[in-house]
Amino acid sequence: MDNPSLRELQQPLLAGVGCGPPLQKPGEPQLGPPFRETAFAESLRGWQFLPPPVPSVSAGLGELGPPDLEHPQRQEQQHFPSLDDKPQFPGASAEFIDKLEFIQPNVISGIPVYRVMDRQGQIINPSEDPHLPQEKVLKFYKSMTLLNTMDRILYESQRQGRISFYMTNYGEEGTHVGSAAALDNTDLVFGQYREAGVLMYRDYPLELFMAQCYGNVSDPGKGRQMPVHYGCKDRHFVTISSPLATQIPQAVGAAYAAKRANANRVVICYFGEGAASEGDAHAGFNFAATLECPIIFFCRNNGYAISTPTSEQYRGDGIAARGPGYGIMSIRVDGNDVFAVYNATKEARRRAVAENQPFLIEAMTYRIGHHSTSDDSSAYRSVDEVNYWDKQDHPISRLRHYLQSRGWWDDEQEKAWRKQSRKKVMEAFEQAERKPKPNPNLLFSDVYQEMPTQLRKQQEALARHLQTYGEHYPLDHFEK
Amino acid sequence: MAAIAATAGRLLRLRAAGAEGQWCRLRGAGLQAASAAGDAAQRRHVAHFTFQPDPEPQEYGQTQKMNLFQAITSALDNSLAKDPTAVIFGEDVAFGGVFRCTVGLRDKYGKDRVFNTPLCEQGIVGFGIGIAVTGATAIAEIQFADYIFPAFDQVHVIREVASMAQEKLGVSCEVIDLRTILPWDVDTVCKSVIKTGRLLISHEAPLTGGFASEISSTVQEECFLNLEAPISRVCGYDTPFPHIFEPFYIPDKWKCYDALRKMINY
Repeated sequence: MDNPSLRELQQPLLAGVGCGPPLQKPGEPQLGPPFRETAFAESLRGWQFLPPPVPSVSAGLGELGPPDLEHPQRQEQQHFPSLDDKPQFPGASAEFIDKLEFIQPNVISGIPVYRVMDRQGQIINPSEDPHLPQEKVLKFYKSMTLLNTMDRILYESQRQGRISFYMTNYGEEGTHVGSAAALDNTDLVFGQYREAGVLMYRDYPLELFMAQCYGNVSDPGKGRQMPVHYGCKDRHFVTISSPLATQIPQAVGAAYAAKRANANRVVICYFGEGAASEGDAHAGFNFAATLECPIIFFCRNNGYAISTPTSEQYRGDGIAARGPGYGIMSIRVDGNDVFAVYNATKEARRRAVAENQPFLIEAMTYRIGHHSTSDDSSAYRSVDEVNYWDKQDHPISRLRHYLQSRGWWDDEQEKAWRKQSRKKVMEAFEQAERKPKPNPNLLFSDVYQEMPTQLRKQQEALARHLQTYGEHYPLDHFEK
Repeated sequence: MAAIAATAGRLLRLRAAGAEGQWCRLRGAGLQAASAAGDAAQRRHVAHFTFQPDPEPQEYGQTQKMNLFQAITSALDNSLAKDPTAVIFGEDVAFGGVFRCTVGLRDKYGKDRVFNTPLCEQGIVGFGIGIAVTGATAIAEIQFADYIFPAFDQVHVIREVASMAQEKLGVSCEVIDLRTILPWDVDTVCKSVIKTGRLLISHEAPLTGGFASEISSTVQEECFLNLEAPISRVCGYDTPFPHIFEPFYIPDKWKCYDALRKMINY
């Protein structure tokens, strides 16, 4: 059911309960005061103020005044419960039923997977082809492949002890690039940790990816965080934080602020199907819906949370099926189909901003790589399974077939680009290795706006300690 | 919150250590000064300090060399064998766990006793409480995944410092490994302070509000007149734990040694 009419259905029969003020589209004349407090104040001027009925008081008796039929959306007025034989409960809007029936969760044929291309990169329904220009589609392709190349090199560098840790994005490049391309550059991104392709699409330089992984002097994060914890204020990419799902309620708050600022801006929040089990996910979804926030919840369902397969993560129809439970518009897409991801995100963005409501996109995909460099996934899944996805359903291959069938790419360009992208990555990598680490004083700064005395004393104590015992510390690698 | 990353390098080294090394006994004990020649071959260097294997204890009967993770697995194995109500659950425990503490247990005891849960720490804890309410035994694993590198056993650092103090300063130290926080072994610590007149406390956690404050406060209440110098605390700084600056953040043996030296010269 389309949302506006559902909202009408949800108009409370008892006052003081239910939705906030009516939806406003930007640019349209104000329908009324935007905030409850002023609405209430407004009501005091012209109306006989009556306290809302206490829910536990039975029989709702008392003279509350005639219903205002001219202004059905005013929340302050008091309606006497109707004498029609319809449920009057404030908690739900529904009909009565006299047959005992449990709703069966539909897991066998759940929410369908939206796709535009088949596994060979051919458009299935031409009316769904976004008809993107060659230049844009090539940018998709180059972002995904450059990410893939960078992943290979940085994964290796961890194996060689050059960086302490790494997480690859193999198989999920389509989810990053398809969604990033559908957003405005100023839309705010909250990620989990496997969304480097979003930054790549926004032209975050290789030098800075590497700087963060190496924790060298060029790292905007000043060497404080472990690798892959990227952040970029200029590109509106909120810094990655290790604890899972904490970004979800934060993203909702940011979206609310964007709404208030009339910023014409959406917030996108990425998370995996595992993180969706966290309590914070529930909080985020519920807040976004009740507070009517312009946010896109983007779930990367890649089949595994470290070793935990989806069969042990949830028993319902994935994450998409949870959206309606919160009153959130939801869709499931083929995450390995960059055009499907693009189309869904584009439409979600348009409506989230126009209608100030959240959207949930569950992008089905597969985690081809290990969870991280600390993981060996052969301990819990077969190599055959991984190979299937790598060979038969990979976002990069599918897009390449699309490009080739349009005559926009060929084997020679592929060969040249592989060489070129590898060269770019290697150059950035070698430079990153050579740079020193930041000055150890940066251990103490940015914890507070103004460093408190206690902390300054600790900083000075370290400085004195290094003067005497400096030979036992790797000071040569750090900036003086 | 479950978290994400790790220093695989260290994890690999610890796996190697598992084959030969032995974590020290956890009971507080007097310092065992390692004789240089005999123990040199057995020492392993990992990260910032040197492991020295414990001498084999005589009072418990037959013993077996294990690393810490193996010891945990063994304890879990014993628990599930003895107690049919015991179950182990948490994130990724079924395949053996990210720290390999539950390897083999699911095969041995079955999937209804060793199982994965969805990714939700509050759920795991609540679920465990519920199990316990019925009288059954709940063993919940809370995962830090590869986010927390294997915890340094600060006792190793302190043992090295005690060794250095003996060598360079002719000072003899008692090394106490507090196994618990609440309650903690006040008597052992106070007896030692009464004997020696000085106390150095060290932990990786930040200084302010850290457990060293608690120990320090109690000791000065109980043993004020026995103290010959202020109690020394060598801890982490009051900042989030840093990545690249780790070597400077850690309360390593040089910082502990320096604090000890100052305390002796007070």
